[in-house]
Amino acid sequence: MNTRGLRSQLKDSVPVTGLCPQAGSYGVQDSLRRGFSSVKNELLPSHPLELSEKNFQLNQDKMNFNTLRNIQGLHAPLKLQMEYRAARQIQRLPFLPSSNLALDTLRGTDDSIGFEDILNDPVLSEIMGDPHIMTEYKLGVL
Amino acid sequence: MATVSVRQYHRGGFSFENCKRNALLEADINKLGFSSPAARKTGTTICGVVYKDGVVLGADTRATEGMVVADKNCSKIHYISPNVYCCGAGTAADTEMTTQIISSNLELHSLSTGRLPRVATANRMLKQMLFRYQGYIGAALVLGGVDSTGPQLYSIYPHGSTDKLPYVTMGSGSLAAMAVFEDRYKPNMEEEEAKRLVRDAIAAGIFNDLGSGSNIDLCVITKGKVDYLRPHDVANKKGVREDKINGRPETGNYRYKHGTTGVLTKAVTPLNLEVVEESVQTMDTS
Repeated sequence: MNTRGLRSQLKDSVPVTGLCPQAGSYGVQDSLRRGFSSVKNELLPSHPLELSEKNFQLNQDKMNFNTLRNIQGLHAPLKLQMEYRAARQIQRLPFLPSSNLALDTLRGTDDSIGFEDILNDPVLSEIMGDPHIMTEYKLGVL
Repeated sequence: MATVSVRQYHRGGFSFENCKRNALLEADINKLGFSSPAARKTGTTICGVVYKDGVVLGADTRATEGMVVADKNCSKIHYISPNVYCCGAGTAADTEMTTQIISSNLELHSLSTGRLPRVATANRMLKQMLFRYQGYIGAALVLGGVDSTGPQLYSIYPHGSTDKLPYVTMGSGSLAAMAVFEDRYKPNMEEEEAKRLVRDAIAAGIFNDLGSGSNIDLCVITKGKVDYLRPHDVANKKGVREDKINGRPETGNYRYKHGTTGVLTKAVTPLNLEVVEESVQTMDTS
């Protein structure tokens, strides 16, 4: 499963922050939604693991789909990605934490425990987004 | 305030929010001449050996925090599954959390497969997790157990490399313990011989390395049975003075015995005194 090294993962999958990383819908800094920013904070990660951890699940999925495509042909990962897309849409209201049970079952992570289940559990988070603004943002009326 | 209004989805796991702040603080503190608090390490000697019927794991019991002993009797042999145990060296919290997570994962996996878990499975899970964190999780482990394929022993380094060997040592006292192993290891030993070998290797680590000390814990794993001997041997006893002679402790007692000085003559002269004045002074107890 983990047949590729870390270097190959990082090369293709690290999202490069653009010139205006906090860009909102008009291309300028979106202070209302993302807060104040500084170039130094955006360009360099504060820890070598920060980027690789943020994209870990994404990179795992990409790697698995690639392997599946090489072994079983194009249709297998296509069908699976369609199922992922459907499962990802099963969410609660935007300001409430969703269990993502269908997505976990598809990925196979429903019977494994990692640091994301023990540390910083979103269910126990002390801050919550403002319900009205978050639903309006999701519906696109904000 | 603005960022809280429309928050992105809050993911679990490690949070790197304070890393920049910590780096700045560290630079400031170093300029002033102080040093930031160090994580508690185990500064250990751990080792394992494969013998005829199974595996013997051994560990010392001292945990250090810089130059101070933080725990005189900590337990470094962690449970992974009924037939697999793991000794941990390096940062104490890292070894503890890593072995607990892998133990939970292995339990779920074995419930899913319906079989007793294999040592190679635990090894693979540990190696993949440690590689994912690129050595930032400071856990050096000695993993041993008996499964359907026989007794196995693995050593796992913090960056994620593993070795499958008949005898391994890890920790700051690993060189002292490895010297004992290299001298006396033979394949297919008996249980008592293997236990004695591991005990001597850990004792070598305890007496020759500052980071290891206190007692020796052993864990003997065979097919269907686990003997967790804690403590197997108390190498450094504390607070017991040597030898007592006639009920008096010998060290620290500087009184001469009766009869040391011979008596030549004895003369007794009574003094007749009479009471002249007697006065009572009360104590002020208010």
